[in-house]
Amino acid sequence: MFVIQHHKFFFILTALLFLVSLGGIIGVGVPVGIDFKGGALLEISYPGERPEVSLLEERIRSLPIGGFSIRETGDTGYIIRTRALNEAEHQAILALLSQDEGLNPTEERFTTIGPVIGQELRNKALVAIVLVLLAIILFIAYAFRGVSEIVSSWKYGIVAVITLVHDIVIPSGAFVAYSMLTGAELDILFVMALLAILGYSVNDTIVIFDRVRENLKINQEQNVVSTFRETVGQSLSQTYVRSINTSLTTAFVLLMLFLLGGSAIEAFAFVLLVGVIAGTYSSLFFAAPLLVWIQGRKQ
Amino acid sequence: MWKIRILALVILFLATGLGFFVYLSETRPESNFRFSFGLDLSGGSHLVYRADTSTLNPRDVEDSMEALRDVIERRVNLFGVSEPLVQVEHGSILGSQRDRLIVELPGVSDVGEAVARIGETPLLEFKLLKNDIVFPEEAEVTAEELASFFEPTGLTGRLLKRAELQFGNGSHSGLSNEPIVLITFTDEGAKLFASITKENVGRVLAIFLDGVPLSNPVIQQEIIGGTAQISGGFTPEEARDLVRELNFGALPVPIELISTQTVGASLGSQAVESGVYAGMVGLLLVTLFLVVWYRLPGFVAVLSLGVYIIIMLTFFKLIPVTLTAAGIAGFILSIGMAVDANILIFERIRDELKRGATVSDAVEAGFKRAWLPIRDSNISSIITAGILFWFGTSLVEGFALTFGLGVLISMFTAITITKVFMRSVVWSDSGTMRFFFGSRFGTVKK
Repeated sequence: MFVIQHHKFFFILTALLFLVSLGGIIGVGVPVGIDFKGGALLEISYPGERPEVSLLEERIRSLPIGGFSIRETGDTGYIIRTRALNEAEHQAILALLSQDEGLNPTEERFTTIGPVIGQELRNKALVAIVLVLLAIILFIAYAFRGVSEIVSSWKYGIVAVITLVHDIVIPSGAFVAYSMLTGAELDILFVMALLAILGYSVNDTIVIFDRVRENLKINQEQNVVSTFRETVGQSLSQTYVRSINTSLTTAFVLLMLFLLGGSAIEAFAFVLLVGVIAGTYSSLFFAAPLLVWIQGRKQ
Repeated sequence: MWKIRILALVILFLATGLGFFVYLSETRPESNFRFSFGLDLSGGSHLVYRADTSTLNPRDVEDSMEALRDVIERRVNLFGVSEPLVQVEHGSILGSQRDRLIVELPGVSDVGEAVARIGETPLLEFKLLKNDIVFPEEAEVTAEELASFFEPTGLTGRLLKRAELQFGNGSHSGLSNEPIVLITFTDEGAKLFASITKENVGRVLAIFLDGVPLSNPVIQQEIIGGTAQISGGFTPEEARDLVRELNFGALPVPIELISTQTVGASLGSQAVESGVYAGMVGLLLVTLFLVVWYRLPGFVAVLSLGVYIIIMLTFFKLIPVTLTAAGIAGFILSIGMAVDANILIFERIRDELKRGATVSDAVEAGFKRAWLPIRDSNISSIITAGILFWFGTSLVEGFALTFGLGVLISMFTAITITKVFMRSVVWSDSGTMRFFFGSRFGTVKK
């Protein structure tokens, strides 16, 4: 299997993508959304042409609500972000936006989240992430329980966990780039997408490793002499069609969700799409060669 | 073999029936089984109030929150929205106790008015029945119509000095021990009350709370003492709550609005349309791919994917699942993943064919050998969905529910229904059959 033969190439490629993503996450980062820090978001759309941003900025600045941002959305709309607003402040902004003759905007959505709820969601999200990670590590441990022949089970486990880290970092890095282009913020949907990726991509790795173990066993029983390298390569060639095809169908629907699914879930679909592709890539081109490499080093 | 083919036909027949149910229940206006959409899709307001229970005895928190819920519900019901939701949320996260009140108002996008009306103090009014109107005996009139029968007197809770709870001694009312709310007016109120009762002897002076009539006593004579009784057939608890509300003017527990979410109806319906559109195109791509790559088994997988979708939509209607944008995304994602199990099975079947098995043996062995990997690969997704469901905000719950349900149901359809269909399409072990079971643009020869 060429993946095993050219494992150095794939290690370098994976490491590069990983480091670029990590650099993006640490160096650039993503603005935290109102879900997690509290704040308000107001989306309006104008019936005809929308007024200039500068005009609206000037008006809103007259209110004592501190910093805010205005961003264009669609053809005739704006999204305004501020700190959490009370109802009076909300009405005051709406009044300022509707001052122009014959240009009354429609309020498409308004969300204000107090800092308490933001804090609470942040805690909850952290707990959920930790729980999912724990559950998946336990699941990996369970999947590789009691296999000690030839290759000890903790090696499979370690490689699976390293692969998971990769599967989380790559979509996060892609989200940094996406956020720079679109202004998307780190919100609950993003966290949800990451957790769904964790649950999804661990399978690919496990399916391949299962095959490796099965083949090792068959070789042992039938006294076939084969190196670990060859066995992993053989297992890969038996499973790669399945791996690629299953993520292909998932990627199809996610791509459509991303392109056609509407603005509310565009970012969500994007993160999932990158995650599914990264998850499949890492199981085939990274996890398997890494397993060979770790095993080879010890011999 | 014919048994299995008949079974396959029965499944197709049932699925078609369910499909009709899904379709008809959506197009008929009088149907009780329409999809229920979350506020982010149908438009409306979602308000979260923090209730300050810190001054209460922990044992009283439950009761006070229930009282609060009742009061707010009464006010919300006056909006005339269909299916408003008022619920208490208790919970502690990481040690900090919290009590919340969640109010959902479908279709209400003027959140300003809603907030004002929920937060207002109870309004006690004394109103006279208009002269030319006979008091309606039956409760057949709406609250609004009823209110139009009365004219305001200017006497309201603003002129109230205090309210207290008494129990009737049987001399005024027929019942002994009937709880009565005794109202004492301020001096200004007492004067107004005296003049109203003096000028309108014989008329009905009704007492309204938040626009709802509590009791309709007939004025017998001028009342100069500045006190009035409300005896509206209360239970002692109701009377006690009323006294408290009147005295403190406010709600049983002080509340503070901490989060508001309003979605206009147009944005929501747009989101549904684009979600459905994305799902259709995605489904079409999956179908094309499966049929081109896996041929006959691919076609079978598409059939059971269709059954899966119909079952899911039926569940959405019957449970019922409140669909949000994220929930629809979860469902569409599950369509892509539902094929996962079938692909595993088909690859195993191909392995068996390569080893020289007959088509029907390969099908049987393929299903048998694929079960363990299918089970394992779904467990981790189900675990994730479970944890996400616990996460608990409506947005996340919607996704976790459709996604988790999808993984479970698709596991069922991919194994059982695909199996029945697959068995019923295997006719022989001929070259043509092997071609139809081939994939990757090749035929697995014997």
